[in-house]
Amino acid sequence: MTLLSVEDLGVSYGGIRAVKGISLSLDKGSIVALIGANGAGKSTTLRAVSGLTEASGRVTFDGEDITDLPPHDRVSRGISQVPEGRRIFGRLSVRENIEVGALHRRDRAKIAADFEHVLKLFPRLKERLRQVAGTLSGGEQQMLAMARSLMSAPRVLLLDEPSMGLAPQMVAQVFSVIEDLKGEGLAILLVEQNAIAALEISSRGYVLESGEITLSDSGRALIDHPGVRKAYLG
Amino acid sequence: MAEEIGAAAATIVPSLPTRLRQRWADWYRRATWVDLFLAVVRIVILVAVCAGVLNTLVSQRYSATEWFSFIAFGLTIGGIYALIALGYTMVYGILRMINFAHGDVMAAGTFAGYFAATVIDRHGLIDSAPLAALVGTMIAAAACSALLSLFVERIAYRPFLHVRSLAPLICAIGVSFVIEYSLRGFFGTGNRAYPDWRPFEGSIDIAGVGVPKLQLLSITAAIVLMLALHVVVNHTRLGKAMRAVSEDRDAAALCGIDVGKVITLTFVLGGALAGVAGVLYALVFKQIAAFTGFFLGIKGFGAAVLGGIGNVPGAMIGGFVLGLVESTGPALFLDGLGIAAPFQLRDVVAFSMLVMVLVFRPQGLLGERLAAKRA
Amino acid sequence: MSFEIVTSSYRLRTRRRAPWQAPLRIGLYSGAAAVYLVLVGLFNALEQQSLIEELFPLGQAALAACLVVGCFFATREGRLATRIASGALAGTVAALVFDLLFLLQYVPDIRQVFIVAAPRLFRELNWGLGDPIGAAIAVAAGALIGATTGAVAALPLRPRRAVWSSLIALVAVGAFEEVLIVALQGASALKPLRRLIFAYDALSPIGALLVAVAGAAVAASWPRGGVKTLLPAALQGGPHRRRALIVLLWAALLLSPLIVNAYYAQVLLLIGLYGLMAMGLNVELGFAGLVDLGFVAFYAIGAYTVALLTSNNPLAIADLSFWAALPLAIATAATAGFIFGLPVLRVRGDYLAVATLSLGEIVRVLVSSDALKHTLGGAQGIIEIAKPAGFGLTLGQPWQIYYIVLALIVVAWVVSRNLDRSYIGRAWAAVKGDEDVAQTFGIDLVGYKLLSYTVGAAFAGAGGAVFATMIGSVYPASFQLLISINVLAILVVGGLGSIPGAVLGAAALIGVPELLREFGEFRYLLTGIVLILMMRLRPQGLVRARSPASRA
Repeated sequence: MTLLSVEDLGVSYGGIRAVKGISLSLDKGSIVALIGANGAGKSTTLRAVSGLTEASGRVTFDGEDITDLPPHDRVSRGISQVPEGRRIFGRLSVRENIEVGALHRRDRAKIAADFEHVLKLFPRLKERLRQVAGTLSGGEQQMLAMARSLMSAPRVLLLDEPSMGLAPQMVAQVFSVIEDLKGEGLAILLVEQNAIAALEISSRGYVLESGEITLSDSGRALIDHPGVRKAYLG
Repeated sequence: MAEEIGAAAATIVPSLPTRLRQRWADWYRRATWVDLFLAVVRIVILVAVCAGVLNTLVSQRYSATEWFSFIAFGLTIGGIYALIALGYTMVYGILRMINFAHGDVMAAGTFAGYFAATVIDRHGLIDSAPLAALVGTMIAAAACSALLSLFVERIAYRPFLHVRSLAPLICAIGVSFVIEYSLRGFFGTGNRAYPDWRPFEGSIDIAGVGVPKLQLLSITAAIVLMLALHVVVNHTRLGKAMRAVSEDRDAAALCGIDVGKVITLTFVLGGALAGVAGVLYALVFKQIAAFTGFFLGIKGFGAAVLGGIGNVPGAMIGGFVLGLVESTGPALFLDGLGIAAPFQLRDVVAFSMLVMVLVFRPQGLLGERLAAKRA
Repeated sequence: MSFEIVTSSYRLRTRRRAPWQAPLRIGLYSGAAAVYLVLVGLFNALEQQSLIEELFPLGQAALAACLVVGCFFATREGRLATRIASGALAGTVAALVFDLLFLLQYVPDIRQVFIVAAPRLFRELNWGLGDPIGAAIAVAAGALIGATTGAVAALPLRPRRAVWSSLIALVAVGAFEEVLIVALQGASALKPLRRLIFAYDALSPIGALLVAVAGAAVAASWPRGGVKTLLPAALQGGPHRRRALIVLLWAALLLSPLIVNAYYAQVLLLIGLYGLMAMGLNVELGFAGLVDLGFVAFYAIGAYTVALLTSNNPLAIADLSFWAALPLAIATAATAGFIFGLPVLRVRGDYLAVATLSLGEIVRVLVSSDALKHTLGGAQGIIEIAKPAGFGLTLGQPWQIYYIVLALIVVAWVVSRNLDRSYIGRAWAAVKGDEDVAQTFGIDLVGYKLLSYTVGAAFAGAGGAVFATMIGSVYPASFQLLISINVLAILVVGGLGSIPGAVLGAAALIGVPELLREFGEFRYLLTGIVLILMMRLRPQGLVRARSPASRA
């Protein structure tokens, strides 16, 4: 079942067109990877989907056209983005950071349950609930950012470079959580520099080059694709 | 770099004099001639203030009673500054911009309070239910200021949310002018006098010194409101949303926070506090006029910077410190320096302090570091 | 100091609204604007004057203008019928909002609140016909004006322009009628023209018609592309034409004080004085991006230096001529700028605005205090300042001092243009763009900021010196924050960073309100509104500064 679909998405900064007519779709319980070089327009695409950047084209979520909605309305409908560079609230405590993710929700009981669930996913955070978030390590911050996003009870999760700057061990942990989330039925749109790792867990992958999709296939097939191999494995 | 060296040195633990000497050598090596000049300025000011204070204290020109009333007055005006400062601090925290029209928003509130108080007084409510009458007046003032603050946000800040330029600053100065001259056009050039809050007139004896009841009331009201705001900022949904927006607008939006609404509510909250501050000011000083707001606002800003801008407890402390320095300063060090008519120079003391804080300690008393640890 | 850079791409989106909502909202706004106009007292002030003799008072015209402008924005889209409908809707709503004013007179003691709310005001608002009829007329007029605006908006370009420009011409002539009448009276050859267009002190009906037709004719003969094509054509029409224009401009600047009467010479002098100061602030704010709200301090220092050096007063410390005192005043102001600047210029942005504002206020309070009474005269100030003299002449008249200001402006112009075009100007542009980046490029921040602040202070000091000799006395009350804000507004209107803009801005913000004396005490209100509108609609000002890249 298609949960999120993007048609002919275009973004320009000033006179420069960063994204030129991208179309893609995302099913419930699946991971789609968006890979490409620096400046290919991956992050911009994500920002356009989450509403941070204004874009032309059409974004449909669960049958509803959300192209003109501001970001916070998209979040309350169930699209949550974990931004690039994590962007946690450094001066708030870990607990407050997690709570902020659910600030727009009113269902107290469900929020409490989600809080427990998130801490189960990231047990490290549980030990640090009272700590100021700015003092966490990079990996912990990434976990916190994901936990915060999950607190908005999303149906679509947009992940922007979740492995950036993390130790290999941490990367493995983050990716295993991503797979768990897929198992829970979340639709995940994953932007990654670490292309092979991303494609391995993705049902589908798109390769972006200067704002356009040049390749799209199943994750496995892309890993074996000579062009992708050449670009990412040297 | 220097910190690394410091950390390495800490393991060896040199003696205190050595460390001081090192720090001094470090500073001296890096200092430019401007730094040296500023150091001289600091020393001169410090010496002058100390000399003045000593001279005043030795000559015993002022009695203990007088000092006590200076302090009571300082706390009164300080509480008012603090309430104004909260508005600046919240807006600055969230937008990194100074709301130049904040003082005038306050002035508009004093007028709304004035009209409410006149009506209330006509019905004899000030005598029969003074506290309720006061709360009613404050609500009227707060409502008016909050509404106007919303208007300021719409006109001067919202259009410039995504640009970093001087435009909002200049626009806010324009709004400030418009408010001042509108008040003048609406309500005339003359001063207006608040009705006497008769049940609250007179003094209370504290430790043998009479302190006007209104001053005590004003201090109490300011403290209560500040504590209330502290609770709002730290323990409510709005407060958390405000703190999130002030740290990272994009990330806050991605958490489902309506950033525009939070910014608007911040202005509204700040405006409401300014309105109450205006009523307190009017109760203590009686007279209000269209132009009272601007410089009170600037001093309120000074208090906010003094405490560490963007920092709610800081604004409270800054307000009281500024109020105390302003009220005791002329007697404490200007008089001691043999300056004629020192009390005319209260504003000079306040503004000099503001400039010095901006220059020497822009992070304020509760610096950034403390602010980061706060949560 | 640590200023966190907030990197946010966050933009607030405007929600899409139903088509009838825009006219409704605009109607509310323009109705509220009309109510504001009345309550703030502008209506009363304008009502004393007529736009068209005995037919159309200026106050009513201002209310109608609120409506027309509102309806103009409400009818920008759609077909003829839609535009007429939305115009009529906006107009009706505006009039209904306006009618709420009539209710005000039933509020007890309303005069205690709004000082204009006298019974006479309400009689004027309902044309003496009673409130119900007055209110009904207002609604009918609102709907009619709205519908007409909508119809005009649907016209093709040329006729539409003709209508608007005839209206604008009417308003402009109406606003400046006093000036025009005096000007036309001056020349006897033009007397018949004056009789034709103007009745005693306002346009005659025939005159109004003529002005409107003239306005329409100008619009009809306007080239496509408007001023944008006209101006460059005049400026770039070969070096000869350019030179001729410059000669013409100089002739106008040199001769104008001779041909106008003393009052207008005074206005010209004021424009020059503020233009000079605006050029000073331009060096600080326009070139180096330093927000200085304490500019008045240096103006005061210049004025007091001249006062102390030349006055015939016991407080004077010397008995110099103005010519000797002028350079000393400039030097003193520049030195003060340097010394003030040293500590203050480490602060930036909004903080700098507050720091400089405080400096200005400190100087004002000090000057007016009793503590310095024996040196600076306290609140009584210093009087009997000598007029400039030379070659056996005393240059006391406004038109004579005007030439001094003109000379100073020329010097200031040359200095700031040369600074701007040198490497210093490029360094300033870098500092203005981003201090941190500038610093990483090895630009000595404090040095360049200090230089700009010192030069700006010197210009302000020159302005203060002229001011002192012009008025003949200095009082602390003349050195309010208002002056700083006024200069800032001039610069903003003229265009930050643009030298001709500074003078043009002075003409617009000092000259125009002087000529529109109906506005009187409302001129600062207008200054505020102009500041807001400029920032929102045309932040680059009237004259756009050349970009730093093209300065080299």
